[in-house]
Amino acid sequence: MRIGIDVGGTNTDAALIGDGGQVLATVKSPTTEDVTGGVAAAIAGLGATEASAVMIGTTHFVNALVEAARLEPVAAVRLGLPATAALPPLVDWPDRLREAVEGAVYLCHGGHEYDGTPISALDPGELRRVAADIRARGLRTVAISSVFSPVSADSERQAADILAAELGPEVHLSLSHEIGRVGLLARENATIVNAALRPLAGRTVAAFAEALAVAGIRAPLFLSQNDGTLMDVDHARRYPVATFASGPTNSMRGAAYLSGLTDCAVVDIGGTTTDVGILNGGFPREAAGEALVAEVRTNFRIPDVLSIGIGGGSIVAPEGSVGPRSVGYRLTAEALVFGGGTLTATDLAVAAGQAVVGDPARVTGVDHERPLKIIAERVAEAVDRMRTSAAPLPVVLVGGGSILVGELPGFADVRRPDHYEVANAVGAAIAQVGGEVDRVFSGPRESVLAEAKNEAVARAERAGARAGSVRIVDVEELPLAYLPGDATRVRIKAVGDLDLEKIDA
Amino acid sequence: MREIGIDRLDDLARGAGILGTGGGGDPYVGKLLAREAIRRHGPVTVYDIDEVPADATVVAVSGMGAPTVLLEKLPAGTEELTALRALEAVLGRPATHIVPIEIGGVNSMIPIAAAAQAGLPLVDGDAMGRAFPEAQMVLPTLMGVPNTPMAVADDKGNTLVVDTVSNQWAERITRAACVQMGCQVSCADTVLRGDQLRDGLVPATLTLAENLGKAVRRARAANADPVRAALDVLGGVKLFTGKVVDVERRTTGGFARGNARLEGTGTLELSFQNEHLLARRDGEIVATTPDLICVLDTDSGEPVTTEAMRYGLRVTVIAAPCDPRWASPAGLELAGPRYFGYDCDYLPLRGRYAQVT
Repeated sequence: MRIGIDVGGTNTDAALIGDGGQVLATVKSPTTEDVTGGVAAAIAGLGATEASAVMIGTTHFVNALVEAARLEPVAAVRLGLPATAALPPLVDWPDRLREAVEGAVYLCHGGHEYDGTPISALDPGELRRVAADIRARGLRTVAISSVFSPVSADSERQAADILAAELGPEVHLSLSHEIGRVGLLARENATIVNAALRPLAGRTVAAFAEALAVAGIRAPLFLSQNDGTLMDVDHARRYPVATFASGPTNSMRGAAYLSGLTDCAVVDIGGTTTDVGILNGGFPREAAGEALVAEVRTNFRIPDVLSIGIGGGSIVAPEGSVGPRSVGYRLTAEALVFGGGTLTATDLAVAAGQAVVGDPARVTGVDHERPLKIIAERVAEAVDRMRTSAAPLPVVLVGGGSILVGELPGFADVRRPDHYEVANAVGAAIAQVGGEVDRVFSGPRESVLAEAKNEAVARAERAGARAGSVRIVDVEELPLAYLPGDATRVRIKAVGDLDLEKIDA
Repeated sequence: MREIGIDRLDDLARGAGILGTGGGGDPYVGKLLAREAIRRHGPVTVYDIDEVPADATVVAVSGMGAPTVLLEKLPAGTEELTALRALEAVLGRPATHIVPIEIGGVNSMIPIAAAAQAGLPLVDGDAMGRAFPEAQMVLPTLMGVPNTPMAVADDKGNTLVVDTVSNQWAERITRAACVQMGCQVSCADTVLRGDQLRDGLVPATLTLAENLGKAVRRARAANADPVRAALDVLGGVKLFTGKVVDVERRTTGGFARGNARLEGTGTLELSFQNEHLLARRDGEIVATTPDLICVLDTDSGEPVTTEAMRYGLRVTVIAAPCDPRWASPAGLELAGPRYFGYDCDYLPLRGRYAQVT
């Protein structure tokens, strides 16, 4: 048995999955300020006292960035002078976030040209002066980026050694070559975000572990990553930024699992927004090009999701329009069916007999027809915008707010699978494990790729993936010119289903 | 006369990205450079070709190098002015105007940054009407105007001024220097008098880029087809819609070369050397350089550069006619398919499609 938990901004959802893959129990409980209480309550609600693994997906870290709250000011150290001075770190950030995150910015010597030769020599004295300033400012987390660190990480490592020696183990260091790909600003941004989240990650991961202990569960704990694979607790503490897009990924993969479909549109209706994504072969379609997270440009690979402001808590205006304003987590206090005074989208669904929540008697006579039709039209329009061909596309509805929608105009096949309301927790529970290869190969392209792919598959299997379930999900080649023998840096990611027997063993 | 302020840069960069035909570099970094320069020095004045005095000294300022390098090794910010001053020292007179050498990609933005820094006006036009990978591939070469003296400056402060026997030699020498200097330099070159602009430039391409970027943005906001909007501005044709299934690339001699394969209804193969140069649909050539072959994200209409092409992207490939001067025998010798090593003749869009004029 395994437990999947989704810790959202409003609710903490959980699902207990049996060894045969069946959903044994589900629960929804409010997210608590301390995280621990909500997770412990969710596990208690499942009635589970043991499990072979616990997988947690959380929007906790991305929410912190979106809200510009709970972030630690960062010392951003960039190595590359005299290059890069035209565009210093944090150059294209929104002001509000920049104020929350900017501790200090340092441009230093070091870094490499495209072929690995140094731009300028790393200056230990300069870095020691930077360390003294970081200490004087009381900054506790540092992002280190260096030009072409995906080709040569020497500068970042040397600078990290010097800073660590000066600042001691209490100061966190995040190194850009461990976090992102080629593209300095996007990689550096992700590294700065990671650095800003490190203290919160430490506290949150500890709270998760505490919740498991409270519930008496002694099982390995994993966190979901952006690409639908799992990472262990130690990794999560150091790379919180890797969880950023796990919410939509989990909900889409959970929808695929519950519906049995691998190619479909997934509509996840929550309290405030409706997120529409597309599944191809069981995996979310990725956003093209730059990925903006809270208006910060990164080069993460994240699912292509279209959000519209309609959810179960959306406020219905007197003239019949719905959203984008929402009562959010106050739904159970403010909606008419719960004895409140605000007409919400949930009240419409109850009045139409599409759902039974709260007290249906409180919404008799509410005009539901026109606003519900508007909701269905707007959701259908969003799905239509995401589709890439006119071919019939099944639509899977998930999330607590999906009771708002019965039929969608233009879509013949609309389903709401069992356990739709906790699809994201199910998605976390069925998350996969990955294996990655990232190194310089020499030789002809075909044999290089084949060799690297085999190695990635083998690594995924060693990490706990069931043999035969592993497939290649990402291939990136970075040719290194002017090195002998067609040297190419190859980065390949393989993922497969977690084999619980391997964990038990 | 008008001004380019910060609020115009997004549309301009998007349009320039489309005109970059996959190359010319992602204008994002260029846009930030232009934005920071305008923030510091104020908006840039732009003149139409007709408004420039006959005796003006117009200098092209541009970046040279591998686009992936610019994305990673950001400029020091001193390169453009260093190159411009080195050129002026050799010329013995100051530049009066700055002009983009190529409208496609990041080189639409570098001259804006340079003009802001130098306090000089910009000319609305460029020497290609698109993006090309080599320095001699400019209309002034066709009119016999030398691109030298050419000044080159890197991030480290190294400068080089070359005077060569042909525009091709300027390319050869500065390219080799560029690779040694770290594959990303700024150039000041191709000095034109005001009365040479009509022959040496494709007119009003800054305006075209801005209109193109604006059309795509507005179509998207109105839930209309942004690719259609781009086609309408360019007078081009849609070649293919599909998914990228393979990208093979290698960096040789300072260029990113490779092939991309798309699958949809049939297949489309793109051959690129920084820019997309050849499109084959189901094995048959459907468009070639010097016509513009542009790859757009199918949903958003955003340009997709060759370095951003990767497995799974859903894209639409469009083609648009080049400036007619490129279709001349001399133009094709400079930038036709055979120059790039492809064993085929130029297949003009004009004459094959009613909408291409």
